[in-house]
Amino acid sequence: MDGLALHIADGVIETPVAAGFAALAVAVVVVCLARGRRALDDRLAPMAGLVAAFVFAAQMLNFPVLPGVSGHLVGGALAALLVGPWVAALCVSVVLVVQALVFADGGLSALGLNITNMALVGTAAAYLVIVVLLRVLPRTLAGLAVTAFAASMISVVVAALAFVGEYWVGGGVELRAGLGEVTGVMAGVHALIGIGEGLITAVTVVTVARVRPDLVYALRGARPASTTAPAPVTGGSVE
Amino acid sequence: MAGGHDAHVLYRPGSSPMHRLAPEAKLAATVAFTVAVVSTPREAFWAFGGYAVLVGLVAAVARIPPGWLARRAAIELPFVALAFALPFLAAGPRVDWAGLSLSVDGLLGGWNILAKATLGLLASLLLVGTTTVRDLIVGLDRLRCPAPLTQIATFMLRYLDVLVGESRRMRVARLARGDDPRFLWQVRGFAAGLGALFLRAYERGERVWLAMRARGWTGRMPAGLSATGVATARQWSAAASVPAVAAAVAIAAVVTA
Repeated sequence: MDGLALHIADGVIETPVAAGFAALAVAVVVVCLARGRRALDDRLAPMAGLVAAFVFAAQMLNFPVLPGVSGHLVGGALAALLVGPWVAALCVSVVLVVQALVFADGGLSALGLNITNMALVGTAAAYLVIVVLLRVLPRTLAGLAVTAFAASMISVVVAALAFVGEYWVGGGVELRAGLGEVTGVMAGVHALIGIGEGLITAVTVVTVARVRPDLVYALRGARPASTTAPAPVTGGSVE
Repeated sequence: MAGGHDAHVLYRPGSSPMHRLAPEAKLAATVAFTVAVVSTPREAFWAFGGYAVLVGLVAAVARIPPGWLARRAAIELPFVALAFALPFLAAGPRVDWAGLSLSVDGLLGGWNILAKATLGLLASLLLVGTTTVRDLIVGLDRLRCPAPLTQIATFMLRYLDVLVGESRRMRVARLARGDDPRFLWQVRGFAAGLGALFLRAYERGERVWLAMRARGWTGRMPAGLSATGVATARQWSAAASVPAVAAAVAIAAVVTA
Protein backbone atom coordinates (compact mmCIF):
# COMPACT_ATOMS: atom_id res chain seq x y z
CA MET A 1 0.00 0.00 0.00
CA ASP A 2 3.00 2.23 -0.39
CA GLY A 3 1.86 4.92 -2.78
CA LEU A 4 2.74 3.58 -6.19
CA ALA A 5 3.99 6.89 -7.49
CA LEU A 6 5.75 7.95 -4.30
CA HIS A 7 9.53 8.16 -4.11
CA ILE A 8 10.34 8.46 -7.79
CA ALA A 9 13.68 6.83 -8.68
CA ASP A 10 16.44 8.24 -10.92
CA GLY A 11 15.75 8.00 -14.63
CA VAL A 12 11.95 7.80 -14.54
CA ILE A 13 11.48 11.42 -15.61
CA GLU A 14 13.76 13.07 -18.18
CA THR A 15 16.53 15.32 -16.83
CA PRO A 16 15.29 18.74 -18.08
CA VAL A 17 11.84 18.16 -16.55
CA ALA A 18 13.37 16.88 -13.30
CA ALA A 19 15.64 19.94 -13.20
CA GLY A 20 12.67 22.25 -13.75
CA PHE A 21 10.78 20.70 -10.85
CA ALA A 22 13.91 20.85 -8.68
CA ALA A 23 14.08 24.61 -9.31
CA LEU A 24 10.37 24.93 -8.51
CA ALA A 25 10.82 22.91 -5.30
CA VAL A 26 13.76 25.07 -4.17
CA ALA A 27 11.76 28.26 -4.79
CA VAL A 28 8.71 27.06 -2.87
CA VAL A 29 10.78 25.66 0.00
CA VAL A 30 12.49 29.06 0.35
CA VAL A 31 9.04 30.69 0.65
CA CYS A 32 8.02 28.06 3.22
CA LEU A 33 11.21 28.81 5.17
CA ALA A 34 10.39 32.51 5.31
CA ARG A 35 6.78 31.85 6.36
CA GLY A 36 7.83 29.20 8.85
CA ARG A 37 10.36 31.54 10.43
CA ARG A 38 7.72 34.25 10.69
CA ALA A 39 5.44 31.84 12.55
CA LEU A 40 7.99 30.17 14.79
CA ASP A 41 10.97 32.58 14.97
CA ASP A 42 13.87 31.02 16.89
CA ARG A 43 11.65 28.06 17.73
CA LEU A 44 11.70 26.96 14.09
CA ALA A 45 14.63 24.53 14.29
CA PRO A 46 13.64 22.59 17.42
CA MET A 47 9.88 22.63 16.75
CA ALA A 48 9.98 21.84 13.04
CA GLY A 49 12.76 19.33 13.72
CA LEU A 50 10.62 17.45 16.21
CA VAL A 51 7.57 17.58 13.92
CA ALA A 52 9.74 16.28 11.06
CA ALA A 53 10.95 13.47 13.33
CA PHE A 54 7.30 12.74 14.10
CA VAL A 55 6.41 12.60 10.39
CA PHE A 56 9.41 10.35 9.77
CA ALA A 57 8.51 8.07 12.68
CA ALA A 58 4.86 7.98 11.56
CA GLN A 59 5.97 6.86 8.08
CA MET A 60 7.92 4.01 9.64
CA LEU A 61 4.89 2.65 11.51
CA ASN A 62 2.93 0.07 9.57
CA PHE A 63 -0.77 -0.34 10.20
CA PRO A 64 -2.86 -3.32 9.15
CA VAL A 65 -5.17 -3.02 6.16
CA LEU A 66 -6.05 -6.67 5.67
CA PRO A 67 -4.37 -9.73 7.14
CA GLY A 68 -0.92 -9.78 5.57
CA VAL A 69 -1.28 -6.35 3.97
CA SER A 70 -0.05 -3.28 5.75
CA GLY A 71 0.37 0.34 4.79
CA HIS A 72 2.05 3.41 6.12
CA LEU A 73 1.29 7.09 6.24
CA VAL A 74 2.64 9.86 3.98
CA GLY A 75 1.71 12.40 6.64
CA GLY A 76 1.56 15.66 4.66
CA ALA A 77 -2.10 16.30 5.44
CA LEU A 78 -1.62 15.30 9.08
CA ALA A 79 1.26 17.76 9.45
CA ALA A 80 -0.74 20.49 7.67
CA LEU A 81 -3.61 20.01 10.13
CA LEU A 82 -1.34 20.06 13.16
CA VAL A 83 1.30 22.69 12.37
CA GLY A 84 -0.01 24.61 9.35
CA PRO A 85 0.87 24.38 5.66
CA TRP A 86 4.23 26.19 5.68
CA VAL A 87 5.90 24.28 8.49
CA ALA A 88 4.26 21.05 7.26
CA ALA A 89 5.67 21.45 3.74
CA LEU A 90 9.06 22.26 5.28
CA CYS A 91 8.99 19.20 7.53
CA VAL A 92 7.95 16.79 4.76
CA SER A 93 10.63 18.31 2.46
CA VAL A 94 13.32 17.75 5.09
CA VAL A 95 12.07 14.20 5.61
CA LEU A 96 12.34 13.55 1.85
CA VAL A 97 15.83 15.09 1.60
CA VAL A 98 17.04 12.97 4.51
CA GLN A 99 15.39 9.85 3.09
CA ALA A 100 17.16 10.42 -0.25
CA LEU A 101 20.53 11.35 1.27
CA VAL A 102 20.80 9.18 4.38
CA PHE A 103 18.58 6.23 3.51
CA ALA A 104 18.92 6.20 -0.31
CA ASP A 105 15.10 6.26 -0.69
CA GLY A 106 14.18 7.90 -3.98
CA GLY A 107 16.69 9.16 -6.54
CA LEU A 108 18.89 12.20 -5.89
CA SER A 109 18.08 13.60 -9.34
CA ALA A 110 14.35 13.03 -8.67
CA LEU A 111 14.40 14.81 -5.31
CA GLY A 112 12.78 17.93 -6.80
CA LEU A 113 9.95 15.82 -8.22
CA ASN A 114 9.42 13.96 -4.95
CA ILE A 115 9.40 17.19 -2.91
CA THR A 116 7.01 18.81 -5.39
CA ASN A 117 4.53 15.91 -5.25
CA MET A 118 4.54 14.88 -1.62
CA ALA A 119 5.68 17.96 0.30
CA LEU A 120 4.32 20.83 -1.78
CA VAL A 121 1.41 19.69 -3.98
CA GLY A 122 0.10 17.18 -1.43
CA THR A 123 0.28 19.62 1.47
CA ALA A 124 -1.19 22.51 -0.54
CA ALA A 125 -4.12 20.37 -1.68
CA ALA A 126 -4.72 19.19 1.87
CA TYR A 127 -4.64 22.70 3.23
CA LEU A 128 -7.06 24.05 0.62
CA VAL A 129 -9.53 21.32 1.58
CA ILE A 130 -8.98 22.09 5.28
CA VAL A 131 -9.63 25.81 4.83
CA VAL A 132 -12.80 25.25 2.82
CA LEU A 133 -14.28 22.43 4.90
CA LEU A 134 -13.60 24.06 8.27
CA ARG A 135 -15.61 27.08 7.11
CA VAL A 136 -18.50 24.92 5.94
CA LEU A 137 -18.61 22.20 8.57
CA PRO A 138 -19.56 22.73 12.23
CA ARG A 139 -16.59 23.33 14.51
CA THR A 140 -16.93 20.07 16.36
CA LEU A 141 -14.73 17.02 16.68
CA ALA A 142 -16.89 15.31 14.05
CA GLY A 143 -16.41 18.23 11.68
CA LEU A 144 -12.67 18.09 12.29
CA ALA A 145 -12.62 14.33 11.68
CA VAL A 146 -14.47 14.70 8.34
CA THR A 147 -12.13 17.52 7.33
CA ALA A 148 -9.04 15.48 8.21
CA PHE A 149 -10.34 12.44 6.32
CA ALA A 150 -11.19 14.39 3.18
CA ALA A 151 -8.01 16.47 3.26
CA SER A 152 -5.63 13.53 3.51
CA MET A 153 -7.49 11.41 0.99
CA ILE A 154 -7.53 14.23 -1.55
CA SER A 155 -3.90 15.07 -0.85
CA VAL A 156 -2.80 11.49 -1.65
CA VAL A 157 -4.81 11.47 -4.89
CA VAL A 158 -3.56 14.91 -5.97
CA ALA A 159 0.07 13.96 -5.23
CA ALA A 160 -0.37 10.86 -7.41
CA LEU A 161 -1.92 12.95 -10.19
CA ALA A 162 1.03 15.34 -9.97
CA PHE A 163 3.21 12.33 -10.81
CA VAL A 164 0.94 11.50 -13.77
CA GLY A 165 1.37 15.08 -14.98
CA GLU A 166 5.14 14.91 -14.59
CA TYR A 167 5.26 11.58 -16.38
CA TRP A 168 3.20 12.99 -19.22
CA VAL A 169 5.58 15.92 -19.61
CA GLY A 170 8.86 14.05 -19.21
CA GLY A 171 8.25 10.32 -19.02
CA GLY A 172 10.04 9.42 -22.22
CA VAL A 173 7.91 6.37 -23.02
CA GLU A 174 4.47 6.77 -24.55
CA LEU A 175 1.84 4.54 -22.97
CA ARG A 176 -0.87 2.60 -24.74
CA ALA A 177 -3.49 3.99 -22.41
CA GLY A 178 -4.56 7.59 -22.91
CA LEU A 179 -4.04 10.38 -20.39
CA GLY A 180 -7.62 10.09 -19.20
CA GLU A 181 -7.36 6.34 -18.65
CA VAL A 182 -4.06 6.60 -16.73
CA THR A 183 -5.43 9.45 -14.64
CA GLY A 184 -8.51 7.39 -13.81
CA VAL A 185 -6.51 4.32 -12.75
CA MET A 186 -4.04 6.32 -10.69
CA ALA A 187 -6.82 8.33 -9.02
CA GLY A 188 -8.76 5.15 -8.25
CA VAL A 189 -5.82 3.26 -6.76
CA HIS A 190 -4.72 6.23 -4.71
CA ALA A 191 -8.25 6.93 -3.52
CA LEU A 192 -8.15 3.46 -1.94
CA ILE A 193 -4.77 4.22 -0.38
CA GLY A 194 -6.17 7.59 0.67
CA ILE A 195 -8.98 5.93 2.64
CA GLY A 196 -6.41 4.37 4.97
CA GLU A 197 -4.44 7.58 5.22
CA GLY A 198 -7.67 9.51 5.84
CA LEU A 199 -8.96 7.22 8.59
CA ILE A 200 -5.69 7.34 10.49
CA THR A 201 -5.25 11.08 10.05
CA ALA A 202 -8.80 11.71 11.30
CA VAL A 203 -8.41 9.61 14.46
CA THR A 204 -4.95 11.05 15.13
CA VAL A 205 -6.06 14.67 14.80
CA VAL A 206 -9.17 14.08 16.93
CA THR A 207 -6.99 12.50 19.62
CA VAL A 208 -4.76 15.58 19.68
CA ALA A 209 -7.76 17.95 19.58
CA ARG A 210 -9.31 16.25 22.63
CA VAL A 211 -6.19 16.69 24.75
CA ARG A 212 -4.57 19.86 23.42
CA PRO A 213 -6.89 21.68 20.99
CA ASP A 214 -4.48 24.61 21.09
CA LEU A 215 -1.89 22.47 19.25
CA VAL A 216 -4.16 21.82 16.25
CA TYR A 217 -3.22 24.57 13.83
CA ALA A 218 -6.38 24.12 11.77
CA LEU A 219 -8.56 24.94 14.79
CA ARG A 220 -6.63 28.03 15.74
CA GLY A 221 -8.35 31.43 15.66
CA ALA A 222 -11.30 32.60 13.62
CA ARG A 223 -9.36 32.62 10.37
CA PRO A 224 -7.81 29.21 9.79
CA ALA A 225 -5.41 30.66 7.25
CA SER A 226 -3.69 33.01 9.72
CA THR A 227 -0.09 32.36 10.61
CA THR A 228 0.00 33.83 14.09
CA ALA A 229 2.63 32.39 16.38
CA PRO A 230 1.31 29.84 18.86
CA ALA A 231 1.79 30.66 22.52
CA PRO A 232 4.76 28.72 23.84
CA VAL A 233 3.81 26.15 26.40
CA THR A 234 6.04 26.40 29.41
CA GLY A 235 4.58 23.81 31.70
CA GLY A 236 3.50 20.25 31.94
CA SER A 237 3.59 17.31 29.68
CA VAL A 238 1.30 14.38 29.28
CA GLU A 239 4.05 11.83 29.66
CA MET B 1 7.37 -1.74 13.26
CA ALA B 2 9.00 -2.65 10.01
CA GLY B 3 10.18 -0.07 7.52
CA GLY B 4 13.71 -0.06 6.26
CA HIS B 5 14.93 3.09 7.95
CA ASP B 6 17.09 2.05 10.83
CA ALA B 7 19.05 5.19 11.54
CA HIS B 8 22.64 4.02 11.03
CA VAL B 9 22.13 0.88 9.05
CA LEU B 10 23.62 2.22 5.80
CA TYR B 11 26.89 3.54 7.26
CA ARG B 12 29.87 1.22 7.04
CA PRO B 13 32.66 2.39 9.35
CA GLY B 14 36.12 2.45 7.86
CA SER B 15 39.17 4.57 7.15
CA SER B 16 39.45 4.35 3.37
CA PRO B 17 40.30 7.42 1.26
CA MET B 18 36.55 7.68 0.51
CA HIS B 19 35.76 7.81 4.23
CA ARG B 20 38.34 10.55 4.79
CA LEU B 21 37.17 12.71 1.88
CA ALA B 22 35.39 15.89 3.01
CA PRO B 23 31.58 15.39 2.96
CA GLU B 24 30.79 18.44 0.80
CA ALA B 25 33.06 17.13 -1.97
CA LYS B 26 31.50 13.66 -1.81
CA LEU B 27 27.97 15.11 -1.85
CA ALA B 28 28.61 17.37 -4.83
CA ALA B 29 30.36 14.56 -6.71
CA THR B 30 27.49 12.13 -6.09
CA VAL B 31 24.86 14.60 -7.31
CA ALA B 32 26.95 15.47 -10.40
CA PHE B 33 27.51 11.79 -11.18
CA THR B 34 23.78 11.07 -10.87
CA VAL B 35 22.91 13.97 -13.17
CA ALA B 36 25.42 12.70 -15.76
CA VAL B 37 23.89 9.20 -15.57
CA VAL B 38 20.26 10.31 -15.94
CA SER B 39 21.16 12.63 -18.84
CA THR B 40 22.60 9.77 -20.91
CA PRO B 41 20.48 8.60 -23.87
CA ARG B 42 19.03 5.18 -23.12
CA GLU B 43 20.30 3.58 -26.36
CA ALA B 44 23.95 4.20 -25.38
CA PHE B 45 24.31 0.85 -23.64
CA TRP B 46 28.12 1.08 -23.53
CA ALA B 47 27.91 4.29 -21.49
CA PHE B 48 26.02 2.54 -18.69
CA GLY B 49 28.73 -0.13 -18.66
CA GLY B 50 31.26 2.68 -18.24
CA TYR B 51 29.32 4.11 -15.29
CA ALA B 52 29.14 0.67 -13.70
CA VAL B 53 32.94 0.37 -13.99
CA LEU B 54 33.29 3.80 -12.32
CA VAL B 55 30.99 2.73 -9.48
CA GLY B 56 33.03 -0.45 -9.09
CA LEU B 57 36.28 1.51 -8.91
CA VAL B 58 34.90 3.89 -6.27
CA ALA B 59 33.58 0.92 -4.27
CA ALA B 60 37.06 -0.61 -4.40
CA VAL B 61 38.64 2.64 -3.18
CA ALA B 62 36.02 2.82 -0.40
CA ARG B 63 36.73 -0.88 0.42
CA ILE B 64 33.02 -1.69 0.26
CA PRO B 65 32.42 -5.31 -0.79
CA PRO B 66 29.99 -5.93 -3.70
CA GLY B 67 27.77 -8.14 -1.54
CA TRP B 68 27.17 -5.31 0.93
CA LEU B 69 26.14 -3.02 -1.94
CA ALA B 70 23.93 -5.64 -3.59
CA ARG B 71 22.00 -6.45 -0.41
CA ARG B 72 21.25 -2.79 0.22
CA ALA B 73 20.47 -2.08 -3.43
CA ALA B 74 17.51 -4.45 -3.11
CA ILE B 75 15.58 -1.64 -1.37
CA GLU B 76 15.03 -0.06 -4.78
CA LEU B 77 12.90 -2.93 -6.07
CA PRO B 78 9.50 -1.44 -5.15
CA PHE B 79 10.55 1.88 -6.68
CA VAL B 80 11.42 0.42 -10.08
CA ALA B 81 8.22 -1.61 -10.45
CA LEU B 82 7.40 0.80 -13.28
CA ALA B 83 10.46 -0.47 -15.19
CA PHE B 84 9.01 -3.99 -15.30
CA ALA B 85 5.50 -2.76 -16.13
CA LEU B 86 6.51 -0.51 -19.04
CA PRO B 87 7.14 -3.26 -21.65
CA PHE B 88 3.45 -4.21 -21.24
CA LEU B 89 2.00 -0.72 -20.99
CA ALA B 90 3.88 1.25 -23.61
CA ALA B 91 2.60 2.13 -27.06
CA GLY B 92 4.32 1.57 -30.41
CA PRO B 93 5.73 -1.45 -32.31
CA ARG B 94 5.79 -4.74 -30.40
CA VAL B 95 7.92 -7.88 -30.34
CA ASP B 96 6.88 -11.37 -29.28
CA TRP B 97 9.11 -12.97 -26.66
CA ALA B 98 8.32 -16.23 -24.84
CA GLY B 99 4.66 -15.84 -25.71
CA LEU B 100 4.45 -12.27 -24.40
CA SER B 101 3.72 -9.29 -26.61
CA LEU B 102 6.14 -6.59 -25.46
CA SER B 103 6.52 -3.02 -26.66
CA VAL B 104 9.96 -2.17 -28.04
CA ASP B 105 9.70 1.37 -26.73
CA GLY B 106 8.57 0.02 -23.36
CA LEU B 107 11.48 -2.42 -23.15
CA LEU B 108 13.91 0.42 -23.83
CA GLY B 109 12.09 2.63 -21.32
CA GLY B 110 12.14 -0.10 -18.68
CA TRP B 111 15.86 -0.66 -19.24
CA ASN B 112 16.37 3.10 -19.01
CA ILE B 113 14.69 3.33 -15.59
CA LEU B 114 16.31 0.15 -14.26
CA ALA B 115 19.85 1.17 -15.32
CA LYS B 116 19.62 4.78 -14.17
CA ALA B 117 17.84 4.03 -10.89
CA THR B 118 20.35 1.28 -10.04
CA LEU B 119 23.40 3.43 -10.84
CA GLY B 120 21.95 6.38 -8.92
CA LEU B 121 21.18 4.14 -5.95
CA LEU B 122 24.68 2.61 -5.97
CA ALA B 123 26.21 6.11 -6.02
CA SER B 124 23.98 7.12 -3.07
CA LEU B 125 24.91 3.96 -1.19
CA LEU B 126 28.63 4.65 -1.70
CA LEU B 127 28.06 8.15 -0.30
CA VAL B 128 26.08 7.13 2.81
CA GLY B 129 28.20 4.02 3.30
CA THR B 130 31.29 6.15 3.80
CA THR B 131 29.81 9.28 5.44
CA THR B 132 28.26 9.59 8.89
CA VAL B 133 24.88 11.29 9.17
CA ARG B 134 26.44 14.21 11.02
CA ASP B 135 29.00 14.71 8.25
CA LEU B 136 26.26 14.63 5.60
CA ILE B 137 24.52 17.53 7.36
CA VAL B 138 27.85 19.39 7.69
CA GLY B 139 28.39 18.82 3.98
CA LEU B 140 24.95 20.24 3.12
CA ASP B 141 25.72 23.23 5.34
CA ARG B 142 29.00 23.91 3.52
CA LEU B 143 27.25 23.62 0.15
CA ARG B 144 25.21 26.69 1.20
CA CYS B 145 22.03 24.81 2.05
CA PRO B 146 19.94 27.30 4.11
CA ALA B 147 20.88 26.98 7.79
CA PRO B 148 17.28 26.53 9.04
CA LEU B 149 16.92 23.47 6.80
CA THR B 150 20.11 21.82 8.07
CA GLN B 151 19.10 22.69 11.64
CA ILE B 152 15.69 21.07 11.18
CA ALA B 153 17.38 18.02 9.69
CA THR B 154 19.83 17.89 12.61
CA PHE B 155 17.05 18.00 15.19
CA MET B 156 15.02 15.49 13.23
CA LEU B 157 17.84 12.96 13.07
CA ARG B 158 18.79 13.53 16.70
CA TYR B 159 15.28 12.90 18.01
CA LEU B 160 14.18 10.28 15.50
CA ASP B 161 15.51 7.41 17.61
CA VAL B 162 13.79 8.87 20.69
CA LEU B 163 10.42 9.02 18.94
CA VAL B 164 10.83 5.61 17.33
CA GLY B 165 11.67 4.15 20.75
CA GLU B 166 8.65 5.88 22.23
CA SER B 167 6.32 4.53 19.54
CA ARG B 168 7.79 1.06 20.02
CA ARG B 169 7.03 1.20 23.77
CA MET B 170 3.48 2.43 23.06
CA ARG B 171 2.97 -0.44 20.64
CA VAL B 172 4.20 -3.00 23.16
CA ALA B 173 1.86 -1.48 25.76
CA ARG B 174 -1.03 -1.70 23.29
CA LEU B 175 -0.33 -5.32 22.40
CA ALA B 176 0.15 -6.22 26.08
CA ARG B 177 -3.41 -5.00 26.66
CA GLY B 178 -4.79 -7.34 24.05
CA ASP B 179 -4.95 -5.10 20.96
CA ASP B 180 -4.38 -7.25 17.88
CA PRO B 181 -5.54 -5.28 14.84
CA ARG B 182 -5.78 -7.08 11.52
CA PHE B 183 -8.11 -4.91 9.47
CA LEU B 184 -8.07 -1.27 8.52
CA TRP B 185 -11.25 -0.56 10.54
CA GLN B 186 -9.44 -1.68 13.70
CA VAL B 187 -6.80 1.03 13.56
CA ARG B 188 -8.33 3.27 16.24
CA GLY B 189 -5.75 2.20 18.84
CA PHE B 190 -2.90 2.68 16.39
CA ALA B 191 -4.07 6.15 15.35
CA ALA B 192 -4.74 7.26 18.93
CA GLY B 193 -1.16 6.21 19.70
CA LEU B 194 0.00 8.30 16.77
CA GLY B 195 -1.84 11.30 18.25
CA ALA B 196 -0.14 10.70 21.59
CA LEU B 197 3.19 10.46 19.77
CA PHE B 198 2.59 13.86 18.16
CA LEU B 199 1.73 15.43 21.53
CA ARG B 200 4.90 14.03 23.05
CA ALA B 201 7.00 15.13 20.08
CA TYR B 202 5.57 18.66 20.09
CA GLU B 203 5.89 19.10 23.83
CA ARG B 204 9.40 17.70 23.72
CA GLY B 205 10.16 20.29 21.06
CA GLU B 206 8.88 23.04 23.34
CA ARG B 207 11.01 21.78 26.23
CA VAL B 208 14.07 21.50 24.00
CA TRP B 209 13.52 25.05 22.75
CA LEU B 210 13.18 26.40 26.31
CA ALA B 211 16.33 24.57 27.36
CA MET B 212 18.14 26.04 24.36
CA ARG B 213 16.84 29.54 25.15
CA ALA B 214 18.13 29.16 28.68
CA ARG B 215 21.56 28.42 27.22
CA GLY B 216 21.58 31.46 24.94
CA TRP B 217 20.01 30.17 21.69
CA THR B 218 19.14 32.96 19.26
CA GLY B 219 18.29 30.89 16.20
CA ARG B 220 21.86 30.36 14.98
CA MET B 221 24.21 27.45 15.54
CA PRO B 222 27.47 28.51 17.20
CA ALA B 223 30.18 29.02 14.57
CA GLY B 224 33.18 26.71 14.76
CA LEU B 225 31.19 23.56 15.45
CA SER B 226 32.03 22.27 12.01
CA ALA B 227 35.14 24.26 11.13
CA THR B 228 37.53 21.31 10.79
CA GLY B 229 37.88 19.01 7.82
CA VAL B 230 36.84 21.48 5.11
CA ALA B 231 37.62 20.09 1.66
CA THR B 232 41.03 21.08 0.31
CA ALA B 233 41.67 21.82 -3.35
CA ARG B 234 43.23 18.36 -3.63
CA GLN B 235 40.15 16.70 -2.16
CA TRP B 236 37.88 18.66 -4.47
CA SER B 237 39.84 17.57 -7.54
CA ALA B 238 39.98 13.96 -6.35
CA ALA B 239 36.20 13.94 -5.80
CA ALA B 240 35.59 15.72 -9.11
CA SER B 241 37.48 13.08 -11.10
CA VAL B 242 34.58 10.61 -10.95
CA PRO B 243 31.78 12.93 -12.17
CA ALA B 244 34.25 14.41 -14.72
CA VAL B 245 34.77 10.98 -16.29
CA ALA B 246 31.02 10.35 -16.10
CA ALA B 247 30.30 13.69 -17.78
CA ALA B 248 32.78 12.85 -20.56
CA VAL B 249 31.02 9.51 -21.08
CA ALA B 250 27.61 11.24 -21.09
CA ILE B 251 28.73 13.84 -23.63
CA ALA B 252 30.23 11.14 -25.85
CA ALA B 253 26.97 9.19 -25.60
CA VAL B 254 24.89 12.24 -26.53
CA VAL B 255 27.17 13.06 -29.48
CA THR B 256 27.18 9.52 -30.88
CA ALA B 257 23.45 8.99 -30.33
